[in-house]
Formats: sequence, C-alpha cells, structure tokens
Amino acid sequence: MFYREAGDFKTSYEDDSQTFPIKFDRLRYYAVLAVAFGIIPFIINDYWANAVFVPLMIYTIAAIGLNILTGYCGQVSLGTGGFMAVGAYASYKLMTSFPDVSILIHILLAGAVTAVVGVLFGLPSLRIKGFYLAVATLAAQFFLVWLFNKVPWFYNYSASGQITAPERTVLSIPVTGANTDAWAKYMVVLLFVTGCAWLARNLTRGSLGRSWMAIRDMDIAAEIIGVNPLKAKLSAFAISSFFIGVSGALFFSVYLGAAEVGEAFGIQKSFLILFMVIIGGLGSIFGSFAGAAFMVLMPVLMKNIFVGALGWPTDLAAHLEFMVIGGLIIVFLILEPHGLAQLWRIAKEKLRLWPFPH
Amino acid sequence: MNVMSPDSYVTADGRTIGGTLMEMKNITLRFGGVVAIKDISFDIREGEIRAIIGPNGAGKSSMLNVISGFYVPSDGDVWFDGAIRPKMRPYQVARQGIARTFQNIALFEGMSVLDNIMTGRLTKMKSNMLSQAIWWGKAQKEETEHREKVENIIDFLEIQTIRKTPVGNLPYGLKKRVELARALAAEPRLLLLDEPMAGMNVEEKEDMSRFILDVNDEFGTTIALIEHDMGVVMDLSDRVVVMDYGRKIGDGTPDEVRNDQKVIDAYLGVSHD
Ligand SMILES: Nc1ncnc2c1ncn2[C@@H]1O[C@H](COP(=O)(O)OP(=O)(O)OP(=O)(O)O)[C@@H](O)[C@H]1O
Ligand SMILES: [Mg+2]
Repeated sequence: MFYREAGDFKTSYEDDSQTFPIKFDRLRYYAVLAVAFGIIPFIINDYWANAVFVPLMIYTIAAIGLNILTGYCGQVSLGTGGFMAVGAYASYKLMTSFPDVSILIHILLAGAVTAVVGVLFGLPSLRIKGFYLAVATLAAQFFLVWLFNKVPWFYNYSASGQITAPERTVLSIPVTGANTDAWAKYMVVLLFVTGCAWLARNLTRGSLGRSWMAIRDMDIAAEIIGVNPLKAKLSAFAISSFFIGVSGALFFSVYLGAAEVGEAFGIQKSFLILFMVIIGGLGSIFGSFAGAAFMVLMPVLMKNIFVGALGWPTDLAAHLEFMVIGGLIIVFLILEPHGLAQLWRIAKEKLRLWPFPH
Repeated sequence: MNVMSPDSYVTADGRTIGGTLMEMKNITLRFGGVVAIKDISFDIREGEIRAIIGPNGAGKSSMLNVISGFYVPSDGDVWFDGAIRPKMRPYQVARQGIARTFQNIALFEGMSVLDNIMTGRLTKMKSNMLSQAIWWGKAQKEETEHREKVENIIDFLEIQTIRKTPVGNLPYGLKKRVELARALAAEPRLLLLDEPMAGMNVEEKEDMSRFILDVNDEFGTTIALIEHDMGVVMDLSDRVVVMDYGRKIGDGTPDEVRNDQKVIDAYLGVSHD
C-alpha cells in the first residue's frame, strides 16, 4: 500500500478537515488504539507501568495542557508544576471529603478547580507578555507550592505534611492505593490521556483554536480582525490548566500514591513539562506525546545501558544521564526548533513523494 | 446592499452610491506632542470607493487606525451607520462590520492560508466551547458552512492552489492577496485597505485593482483605501481625501483633487508656512 492522498479524493469539507486525512495514518491510529486498549493491559507488569507507561501518559496530559497555552496561544508559563499541585491537592481534598463519589469524577473536578485557579493566575496575561508573563507564572509556581506547604488544611493536618491517596475503586477494582494492579493504573490513565487528546484536538481545530493561534502569531492584528483577547487568553489558561490539573491529580493519586508538594510539584516539574513541549513540538498534540515519551524514555534507556549493560556505578550513570539529556535538548533546539512533530512531518512528506522526490 | 437614500446617485459605470455609511467629525489624534491628525472631517458613503492620499507621514494610516478602533481619537466623533460610535475595543468594531488589511502585512504566520482566512470569519462563528470540545452538533456544522463561504472567497481571489500552504512560505504579492481574503471573509460593510498595492509589480497591481473593483461591484462592499500610486487612485476611486501633515487639504472627485492648487503644492513639496 502506498502512502498517498492521490486517488483518495475528498468529496466534502468534513472529510477534508478530518484529523488524519491520509488513509494510512488513520489505520495506524486505529492500530495504536487497538494495541493500547486491547493488548497492553493484558501483558503489562509493574515495571513497565511504573517506569514507562503511566508516567509517560500522565506527563502527556500535562504537556498537552501546556502546549495549548504556550504552543497554541503563545503565552509562556513556568507555573505548570504549581498547577499540577492544585490538581493533586484538589483531588486529595475531594477524595477524602466525599469518599462515596467516584474517583473519576474527582479527577475531572480537580481539573475544573485547576481551571479556575489558572484563570486567576492568567489575568496578568491581559497586561503583560513574553518574559514578564513567564516571571508572573513563576511567581504562581512558588506561591502555590508555599501555600500547600503552609496551610495544614490542604493536607488534612497530617503529621508528615504529605498527602496520601486512600484506596478508591472503579467497578470495584482498586485504582488508587497500595493494592492497585499495574493494569488498572494503566487503564485509568489511558482513558484520561485518550479523552484529553481527543478534546484538545477538537478544541484546537475550530474557531477557538484559531483565535488562540491568531493571538500567538500577532495579537494586535488578531484583535483588529475580531478576536476578543480577554476571551482567547483566559480560555486558553482555563483549558490548559484543566488538563494540567487532571494530570496532577493522576500523578498524585494513581502514580505516586503519596506526595510532598515541593518534591513532587516543584519548579523542576515546570521545566520538565516545558522541555517536553519544546522537544515534542509547539502547537502539536502529537508533539506532546512525542516530547513526553522522549523525556520519560531517555532516562530509562540510559539507565539500562549505563548501569544494566555496562555495569557502571549508579551515581556516575546518573550524572552522565543529566549531561546527555541536557546535550540532546540543546541539539534539538538548534537543529529542529519545531520539535519531533516537525521531524515526523518531514518524514511523512518524504514518504508521500517517494519514490519520486521531485 | 445599498440603501436608497434621497441623495444617492448612480456612477458612470452603473454602481449605486448610497447615503453616508461612516462619518468622521473633527477628528484630532495626538501622540504626546505629535499631532498625527488635526481636526479632520470627511464621510464615506455606502457603496463607494474612497481613497485617502497624501505624502509620507501625513497621517493616513493613523486615520485608518482611528476608523478600525485601534486608536482612540483625542477629539472628535466617529459616526457609523447613522449613530455615534461609543468607545469600543477593536474587536467590537470588527463585529460592527469593519474589516481591514495592513500596510505591513499582518498575517498569522504560523497558520495555513485556509486557517488565516477562516480566522477572518471568527466574528460570525457562534458555537460554544463545549460543542467545539466534543466536535459535535453546532461546531461541526458551523465549520462546514463557514468553510463553504471561505472557499467562495478562495475561488474569487484565485488562490485555490495555495489553500493548505503555511503563509510564512508565500511570496509578498500572494501574502497581500491572502490578507485581502481574510478581510473579505468577514463579509464587511466597510473594508479598509492600507496600501494594498505597495511593493507590487505592474501585473500584480493590475490583478489587485481588478479584485478591489470586483469586491465593490459584486458584493457592494464600501471601501476606503490608502494608495500612493496616483494612477491607481484615479482609476479606482469615486472620491479622494487628501492629507498633508495631519490636515485635510483636499476632498473631492479624482478630477477635482488633481486640479486643486493646494494638493499640487503638497505633492510638489512647496514649503509650509
Ligand atoms: N503610535 C504612534 N506613536 C507616535 N507617533 C505616531 C504613532 N503612529 C503614528 N505616529 C506619527 O504620526 C504621523 C503620521 O503617521 P502615519 O503612519 O499615519 O502616516 P502615513 O500617512 O500612513 O504615512 P506612510 O505613507 O509613510 O504610511 C507620523 O509622524 C508618525 O510618526
Ligand atoms: Mg501609512
């Protein structure tokens, strides 16, 4: 089968604007879904869930969130860790206050709470942009971490200052707490990442998405042709924060099980997610997956090579890992500023013309 | 379409010019000490092509910025469609039916030609966030309807082949055309064009002139345009406002303006007293 759109004529505008206009892409997408839902859950073990799949998918949700704000709407944010913390603490308070309500609903509500907080911290974006906005969101990051440390109500006055996820079930199968099976964690997170990616794709393809991109590309012209900047920016903050909040809630409740705010949601998280978005590709949903996969898989891979295969001491390997990843990020920024998503697009473009490159 | 009002008339080439659509009354615009516009009044009538000319720095673009709501005049009133325009943001002005192009192209460089033009229809798109999030019902229906309208404009301006091209990759002349398409997508009542032919070769200028005339003729769109090329101005416009150093020094048909001594002086660079 050839990778072509030739002979695959679109007869309606709906067809022409679908997510995967080329049939092969569409089939591959269904294949990925089939494997993710139909095969992996049956063979996954604790190692693969905890080291790879669960963090990868949770970070993807956060990366999608930041990508909407930064990649699509052009508003730089260094507050991602803080917003993830809002999602985590909101889900914790909800889980412990309303134990009878489904955890799935709590996670969505945690996203909604984060959306409101995101809008509040997004208000300065109406006045300032670029570097100054980055500093304002950095302030949000530090303020939020400080707040969750300082006010004992948020961690239910626990002696350790930590929050710990109680056991909660979906269809009587535990999905949080110590008795959770690897496949159950995986399935919950998979459901959320699939849903979030689908929502994000829809929100970025219509009029709202275009108003974000217009603000990103040229905010003055955008306003003159009819984009309400207040609505565009605040909706980007709200939706971005919703995804980041969902990600934070999952990170705490399903992945970590217990968390201390500074450690789990500090400034390093903000940078980690930002790197994912940059490496994956600004303004691309697929790039959010690619960036998260890169940042999650590289350390795992390197640890396996350095410690597992070569038998080097762990501390040396850890230092090397930092250097190699740092180097790769720099190489990426210089060689392909549009990220992995762009490399992918170029590869597909080549394939589309193959075997006649001109 | 043109409202027949008592003082409407039909031009030599058979177009109907209606009553006043927009009126600028004693507009003054200051930037600190600089007076960019000084007590200027003029009107734009429904269905006409109104040119604004003048030497560099005369205040033409500033005037367009006042009309599109980007600058708020220091003094004077803007009347649109028979009512005084209250203080409003540029995007609200756009929703009243005023669209524009820019002297320095202001396209959305990260988007395709199609998305740029679709963005021009934002003022008409009404589906809510929820419907867009699930891409069902209104959002999807609306997208298709608007895509049809946009495709008409793409055909009209003969840019079918570059539909899916990112605008960043286009040559200058085509960018200008896409910018016109984006403005037309809003189906404006008043279209403002700031030097639509600047930097174009003769052939591109002819194409653009034809498009401007066709827009005015086929859609009945009222047009206000700034242009330096006198030949083009004389060919296209019904009436001309002449500005110099922020003041209005002439106003009338191309012929009247061309023979006005003050205008001739301004263009020949007679020193100011
Ligand atoms: N935002 C601003 N701040 C300060 N001064 C301004 C601003 N915009 C315009 N001016 C000044 O107002 C005057 C008129 O500028 P404007 O751009 O309207 O001229 P123009 O007639 O469009 O000229 P050109 O033919 O070169 O485009 C100039 O002296 C310019 O420096
Ligand atoms: Mg100008």
